[in-house]
Amino acid sequence: MSGLAGKMQHSLTVAGQTDYPHGFTNDLICSQFMEATGAEIVVRCLAEEGVEFVFGYPGGAVLNIYDEIFKQNKFKHVLVRHEQAAVHAADAYARATGRVGVALVTSGPGATNAVTGIATAYMDSVPIVVVTGQVPTPAIGMDAFQEVDTVGITRPCVKHNFLVKDVKDLAETMKKAFIIAATGRPGPVVVDVPKDITAHTTEFVYPASIEMRSYNPVVKGHSGQLKRAVQMLLEAQRPMIYIGGGVVLGDASKQLVEVASLLGFPVTNTLMGLGGHPATHRQNLGMLGMHGTYEANMAMQHCDVLLAVGARFDDRVIGNPAHFAREQRRIIHIDIDPSSISKRVKVDVPIVGDVKHVLTEMLALLKQAKDKPDAALTAWWTQIELWRSKNCLKYNKQSSIIKPQYVVEKLWEVTKGDAYVTSDVGQHQMWAAQYYKFDQPRRWINSGGLGTMGVGLPYAMGVQLAFPDAQVACITGESSIQMNIQELSTCKQYRIPVKVLTLNNGYMGMVRQWQEFFYGSRYAESYMESLPDFVKLAESYGHVGMKIEKPEDVEAAIKEAFSPALKERMVFMDFITDAAENVFPMVEGGKGLSEMILAEEL
Amino acid sequence: MNSRHIISLLMENEAGALSRVAGLFSARAYNIESLTVAPTEDATLSRMTIVTTGSEDIIEQITKQLNKLIDVIKVMDLTEGQHIERELMLVKVKAVGAGREEMKRTADIFRGRIIDVTEATYTIELTGTGSKLDAFLEAIDSALIIETVRTGASGIGRGERSLKV
Repeated sequence: MSGLAGKMQHSLTVAGQTDYPHGFTNDLICSQFMEATGAEIVVRCLAEEGVEFVFGYPGGAVLNIYDEIFKQNKFKHVLVRHEQAAVHAADAYARATGRVGVALVTSGPGATNAVTGIATAYMDSVPIVVVTGQVPTPAIGMDAFQEVDTVGITRPCVKHNFLVKDVKDLAETMKKAFIIAATGRPGPVVVDVPKDITAHTTEFVYPASIEMRSYNPVVKGHSGQLKRAVQMLLEAQRPMIYIGGGVVLGDASKQLVEVASLLGFPVTNTLMGLGGHPATHRQNLGMLGMHGTYEANMAMQHCDVLLAVGARFDDRVIGNPAHFAREQRRIIHIDIDPSSISKRVKVDVPIVGDVKHVLTEMLALLKQAKDKPDAALTAWWTQIELWRSKNCLKYNKQSSIIKPQYVVEKLWEVTKGDAYVTSDVGQHQMWAAQYYKFDQPRRWINSGGLGTMGVGLPYAMGVQLAFPDAQVACITGESSIQMNIQELSTCKQYRIPVKVLTLNNGYMGMVRQWQEFFYGSRYAESYMESLPDFVKLAESYGHVGMKIEKPEDVEAAIKEAFSPALKERMVFMDFITDAAENVFPMVEGGKGLSEMILAEEL
Repeated sequence: MNSRHIISLLMENEAGALSRVAGLFSARAYNIESLTVAPTEDATLSRMTIVTTGSEDIIEQITKQLNKLIDVIKVMDLTEGQHIERELMLVKVKAVGAGREEMKRTADIFRGRIIDVTEATYTIELTGTGSKLDAFLEAIDSALIIETVRTGASGIGRGERSLKV
């Protein structure tokens, strides 16, 4: 035995230097060096794409990939505590940076847990690539352990998805995934990789770009339509600009502000469009829709020319479309997705194209135009100021119980409006949207379309990792936070110093509000009994916990949380807030936009 | 006003291509009257013909949503212009006694061909528009029908009008 071992060692030593042992040809060794396994290819593709973070959770089908992650140092892997959070964190990273977010999960339950995250990103058009493990190709369809039809399950909630059946297609598929996710109307792309593919080898070549004959997103707007639009804007008596998430996602905020300033028109943002036009700007009327401001909804309803940019007239924004159509108005709609145009509301001038590109062209046309905006604009602003003077976001500041709105206002003051704010879903989300005045795009990170409770904490993680020095606040409720509370552990592991502000009213607040208004105050299953002691819970993970019960303590608590002393610490603030508080204004489902319920004080 | 439309499309001949289209129709609650699909002379391309009904707004959305699918290369609403529509139907009927000759005559009138015969049955092949096939089924005694199988419509534009990559 020892003799044999000695001989082998000798041969290898020789092979490593100059000559090769019998049976090893030069070619074979070279090709072995150039070939890469599927797992290596996945990792190298991510590195080629300049990925900074991969949010994930290992499992059987992705062990080969994790082994390659172990060996590399190009990107950092962030181990979450539930796959849903991995996708949310990747999604938030993408929303805050504009780059493609990446998540990696295993087959079966790994993939199904990721689905909520994928659907969330899909509804808000966020570019992410999710790599899912799959059982080995011979086992597909055999009801193998941890097998699901990932491509089938995710199909309705992805921009596109792939099942890789040959390692030779892997690099090209990864490239396609990144291109498809990031271009046109962005969205999530799933790449399902069977385990045997991650072990097979092939030569690794990462294409610089790929032409797809079936995929060519439009960039430039139609010049004739643009001219018509400009003419229409200059003739408007009661104009309105309505912007959505497309302005934020399309990085067109600067161009939008220029167009709006040049025209002097009022601007409203959707929930997804917050920050696309500065909230503190005089021309900004705040958010519109179900919980929009009085002035924004009234102006939207009564305008005669509407410029819609990167928005989709959804049910939470315009209320009942028949009621909306009662008022005569001409609509110009700029959107990258033709299917968003004339979907719920007929438009007069559709302009399909990248919003930044189209607005740049529009700006040039406006500057050349001989006409100026119509003089009737002054009267329109007088009307709008009258609506604005209703002060619809007024609330009781003398309360001895903490008002949730007050917490958000104080957060805005303490962070000087400069924080990244994530939220969960419900009343606190609306208060965050109404009272935190976003002056910059990509600062407001929330689940607008799908309305996914539980996004807040993983969203904050994704943002904080992208911007380690930024102030990141998660405004949440005691119900939402519990849907991904396990991520307190991830925050501990990676020392992610996000600040959580829980507006704890003991109820699923928005459910409670609807039950109060529409179900005779029968609060079916909306009371959160048996809440944990959030302070102790946070502390058990090594974080800082605070419980705030009096209005006079709110500001000091927030100041302390954002103080240099706690800069490196994750802080969990549990604000005990008024359980009876409701979100106003409110447009009931099915009602018209101008049929708002306002707060009782008004 | 709902009307019938024949939508033709070319898409990448990839696994799962059909389910992307079928899934889109069910997810958005669009009608599908029939859907046929097969590869073209270029094996990398599939051609699909979808017969659907809907208002102008719905049909506009359907074509936009189809175009949005990454694998779809081109979409054409054939019913927007001159077009030819054909469907194949195989009908197995009882054919005995005096009715046997009558059945043959009716098939002839509709330019059907009898492609299989037993002592008691005929199997008739018919092609034409969907309404012609419907008319044949109306023309014969429904009690005589044992089995029908229809392919759903295929369509092509008239003259120079074509759907090509």
